[in-house]
Amino acid sequence: MNIRNGSQSLLKLMIVDDSNIIRRRIERSQQIARLEVVGSASNGREAVELFRRTQPDVVTMDLTMPEMDGIECVQELVALNSKVLILVVSALADKATAVEAIEKGANGFLCKPFTDRQLNDALHELLLDA
Amino acid sequence: MLKESEIRTFIEGATNYFEISAQQSASVGSPYLVTDGNPGAYDYTGIIGVSGARKGIVYFSAPRGMLAVLLMRMQETDTSDENIKDLVGEVANTISGNARRDFGRNFVISVPTVVSNDVERVTAPYSKSYVIPINWRKHSAKLVVCLE
Repeated sequence: MNIRNGSQSLLKLMIVDDSNIIRRRIERSQQIARLEVVGSASNGREAVELFRRTQPDVVTMDLTMPEMDGIECVQELVALNSKVLILVVSALADKATAVEAIEKGANGFLCKPFTDRQLNDALHELLLDA
Repeated sequence: MLKESEIRTFIEGATNYFEISAQQSASVGSPYLVTDGNPGAYDYTGIIGVSGARKGIVYFSAPRGMLAVLLMRMQETDTSDENIKDLVGEVANTISGNARRDFGRNFVISVPTVVSNDVERVTAPYSKSYVIPINWRKHSAKLVVCLE
């Protein structure tokens, strides 16, 4: 069973952000959302490699990153597993970017800066909508 | 040159950052124009390059003490130099990224470059920059916007 069916089992979460502080914040918050962190990456290229190894169910994805940006990474992850749930967590606050991320396969968008509650609400919503 | 409404975008970005991330308001002093190409800096500076429809830089500069307290307000116990640099870059990135709400997606921002303890290395690409003073708790920082 999993959270999408109202059960207690954990879903695997991968965190992608070039900021260590943000990665740690998301790691600390995810306990409420019943997600288990299986790894974190600081750029899109690392994220694709980690995704292949860990097969996460849920991904939080920054957009402005070195090596490979978040939009390109979303496309690559969705190509590897179309069922992955991706929450974009980015400072880029224009609507066009959010729309593009959703069109490329992301399932939600949370704008930085965010409170722990906003993050948890966004993750819950992501899982409920799945 | 920046319009008044554009300066307001950055002021709102800065106050919003502290309000949400630190759960504590910051106050903003009167923005002023620097014309000698040297807007100044504190211990740590996160610099964002801007390209696309606008060109230049946006930077956030703050003393170590302010950044360490800000980290702690964010429940981060590790106040190492690495995390302080990460934070100053993230603040600059967040304020600049949020500005796209008004500037649009053609306000293209780079990943942050961080300069620490080397004020001389922090320079503006053009002679004119707007400086937005930020006061939080007992600390002072500045947001500098230098756009063509």
